[in-house]
Amino acid sequence: MLLSLAGICIIAGAALAAVNQFTLEPIATSKAAALQAAIQKVTPSFDNNPTEEQYKAPTAEGDSLTIYPAKQNGQLVGVAVESYTKKGFGGTIKVIAGFDTKGKLLNYSVLQHAETPGLGSKMEEWFRTDKNRQSIVGRSLAGGNLTVAKDGGDVDAITAATISSRAFLDAINRAYSAYRGNGTEGMTGATPQAGEEQVAPAGETASTEEGGKQ
Amino acid sequence: MNNIKILVNGIVRENPTFVLLLGMCPTLGTTSSALNGMSMGLATMFVLICSNVVISALKRWIPDQVRIPAFIVIIATFVTIVQMVMEAFVPDLYASLGLFIPLIVVNCIVLGRAEAFAAKNQVVASAFDGIGIGLGFTLALTLLGIMREGLGTGKFFGLTFMPEEFGSLIFVLAPGAFIALGYLIALVNKLRKA
Repeated sequence: MLLSLAGICIIAGAALAAVNQFTLEPIATSKAAALQAAIQKVTPSFDNNPTEEQYKAPTAEGDSLTIYPAKQNGQLVGVAVESYTKKGFGGTIKVIAGFDTKGKLLNYSVLQHAETPGLGSKMEEWFRTDKNRQSIVGRSLAGGNLTVAKDGGDVDAITAATISSRAFLDAINRAYSAYRGNGTEGMTGATPQAGEEQVAPAGETASTEEGGKQ
Repeated sequence: MNNIKILVNGIVRENPTFVLLLGMCPTLGTTSSALNGMSMGLATMFVLICSNVVISALKRWIPDQVRIPAFIVIIATFVTIVQMVMEAFVPDLYASLGLFIPLIVVNCIVLGRAEAFAAKNQVVASAFDGIGIGLGFTLALTLLGIMREGLGTGKFFGLTFMPEEFGSLIFVLAPGAFIALGYLIALVNKLRKA
């Protein structure tokens, strides 16, 4: 009795180990490809490798976000910031937001969410659609945070999904504040070292990450 | 009972969703779109066939006292394989179904068929039972998905048949799942009696 159950467990374990071995690489590749595609979507054209030059930027909550700098001929043209919010209707929402060097939102992409299908899940398209005050693409966050109209802001929330909209904007605002809190020094320097200078203010979180990569 | 009969039995006479009313959690949870429903059905079918075959092949070596844990280990193994393969090769689908895949383990259809059919029948018959029940489940989930997505958003499988404004959002949400399922069961019962 014990023997047969143990035997089944051993075989099952071996089978899973084999499948894991076999799928490990495709999973990593597809995740990297998805990230790469998202970065490309939200930043201007670049010729460096943003995933290799990524660094961490601290947020007000004591957490840190990953920032992928996009450079053309060594000059910083924009950044992609991987941000999140825990205020979503269905839990955590992960987004990637692209800003140019002046703090204008270039584009965004929702990486992960569990919002209600047909309501909150519309955010992937809604905030890009040029209708009334829906679109946040092209807006500058330098003048302050984006908020939905119901909270006195100037962004139209998704119909019947104000909570999801608030959460989404929270993630975008967090992305910007992390980027601005850290990237201002880098903007002045146009030399290739600009990337190095940017890292410095981030402190311990960034130096270990950056040191390992280069 | 020959194999064709077993197959048809799973799809019509003992349809897991419409007749046996088993596996309601994934049925209601994943059918917010036709594609999700169909994918969930196909994933369950794969697990069902594999676990049925393996269990009926091993039934001589599985003592009665530990058969439930042994069945669960076998089923869980196949579910984990489905999950890993899905994440590796169809990441988009995994993103929308990921949460429900591990739930196939506790889907009572799978354990029910292992206990009621595979543990008493030959390998080939068990495979056909897996295909039949799996197809029945896939068919039911796809139908429910088409109905819910169609009434809710005016399109299914990417085909639009009415403007989105005419859709009634409740069908995409949980209450609509119960309403749609109720009407489908009533319809199937009516057709079966006719």
